[in-house]
Amino acid sequence: MKKELWKGNEAIAEAAIRAGCDCFFGYPITPQNEIPEYMALRMPQEGRVFVQSESEVAAINMVYGAAASGKRAMTSSSSPGVSLKQEGISYLAATNLPAVIVNVMRGGPGLGSIQPSQADYYQATRGGGNGDYRTVVLAPCNIQEAVDLTQEAFDLADAYRTPVVLLADGMIGQMMEPIVWRDIPKRECPPKDWAASGRNGRDKNVFLTSLLIEAADCEAHNLELEKKYRAIAEKEARWQERETEDCEILIVAYGTPSRIAMSAVEQLREKGIKAGLFRPITLWPFPEQALRQLAQQERVKSVLTVEMSLGQMVDDVRLAVNGAKPVYFEGRSGGSIPTVKEIVDAAERAWKGGL
Amino acid sequence: MGRTQGDWLDSSRLTIIVGHGGSGKTEFSVNLALALADCGRPSTLADLDVVNPYFRSRERSDLLKEHGVTLIATSQACVDADLPSMPAELNGLIQTEARYGVLDIGGGSSGARVLARYRPKLQETSCRVWLVINPKRPLTRDAESACRELRAIEARMGLKIEGLVHNSHLCDETTAQDIREGAEVAKEVERMTGIPVICHVAEQRLAAELQDLEEPVFAVELYMKKPWEMNG
Repeated sequence: MKKELWKGNEAIAEAAIRAGCDCFFGYPITPQNEIPEYMALRMPQEGRVFVQSESEVAAINMVYGAAASGKRAMTSSSSPGVSLKQEGISYLAATNLPAVIVNVMRGGPGLGSIQPSQADYYQATRGGGNGDYRTVVLAPCNIQEAVDLTQEAFDLADAYRTPVVLLADGMIGQMMEPIVWRDIPKRECPPKDWAASGRNGRDKNVFLTSLLIEAADCEAHNLELEKKYRAIAEKEARWQERETEDCEILIVAYGTPSRIAMSAVEQLREKGIKAGLFRPITLWPFPEQALRQLAQQERVKSVLTVEMSLGQMVDDVRLAVNGAKPVYFEGRSGGSIPTVKEIVDAAERAWKGGL
Repeated sequence: MGRTQGDWLDSSRLTIIVGHGGSGKTEFSVNLALALADCGRPSTLADLDVVNPYFRSRERSDLLKEHGVTLIATSQACVDADLPSMPAELNGLIQTEARYGVLDIGGGSSGARVLARYRPKLQETSCRVWLVINPKRPLTRDAESACRELRAIEARMGLKIEGLVHNSHLCDETTAQDIREGAEVAKEVERMTGIPVICHVAEQRLAAELQDLEEPVFAVELYMKKPWEMNG
């Protein structure tokens, strides 16, 4: 297959088109601008919908409407813009609606910086809006994986009728890498007989709402959602392990820091320190079981989490490791990127018991 | 001087580098500015990218300084911003006949807009405009689309493109075969527009294999590294 050089943001946009995205609604913000820019060019060529909305709030509510009518809908933004979308995401989750939301993260909090960050982990994995809900969170570490996961995101969303977040840091959006376009295995997606797309011979019009005024009804609804989340947690956790067969120090990282950590693993091994990398691909569901089993192995002395934040995923790592081994943290914040050396040094400290 | 270098290198005082996003303008500009310094020219690199927030030539300021290349960058006070403010030093570069300059105009046709205000001054001095082409990029994958991009950039900046820099690449995965295939596309653009191919860009490791190409091969090193490719 022929390799082409793609910029992350453009590749994510093209992947969405190939996955059958019917409509894109978005608003510009650095470092994800190439997504709406590319969509503005390509969606009309495909006879599909592109709208540059008046705000991020409008965009996510357009997604809500399009998803409710049974269309494959997507929006993208970067951290402060995704904060604005949280209400809409909560409504999508509440009404069992599939949608794809891309967050190309930049430094925060507030307007922050335009450099890459991973400080929206809590927001993405805990449910940034109100209520008892979760969103599937996919975290690519290269452009090939970004295009593969973007295509899968639409199927995952439809299969479980749930919003799916593609969580990429700014580096993934801005950098270029060679990729090939390949067919992604398709999932069985149930027919969208729930769509508010006209009466179509049904007895009643479909009415989608998140308002369940009786507490008992609302609870019953939430328990149904919970059942779905449990099924997703059982089936959909994904991760990648590198050099873990004999590792004594286990580095956990996702996205850009996982690439830097892999360079650190190579350098550590040259120094005679058996390091390995555990890379979550789904952040929710977090690959808890797999990480626990790995960390429990006797040869593993300690675990080091590396993030472009001041420590968010490390909470999930600690829950997974559950006290079996010491868990250390190394991170940079606000748009700064950890260097290979910083990770090597942190791993050596962790190796010596944190000294 | 061998076939990889030649008169084309410093035939003009100012070189304006434009091209589609991802064509490799920045990598070429950094290498050209270094090559000019290496052959004794007082070389300045002007990073005029007002579009891209990452991977800009100003990030390699230490390397440029080491080699005696002066760096002029947009919004120097704020390296990580994407503010469309032009540095005052640019006027000095354009008007000082003794200085050689490479103007790296990032951001495709949108980015090329920044040149419009300098057009009258640029037309009064020794200046050439080159388009970097990378047929490995999806929106310039063939001669037709590359020509469309060429015309769009010319329209935005109000200057004529006088040379084509062929730069087929897949970052560090580029093969000599990729460059040979891309050279065909570049030659096709030359036939369609009458604008000559100035050189073929190739990493040092590939340059020797490509000496049979009709135009000079410009051997480069890749300086715009990703965080995991950097030592230390």
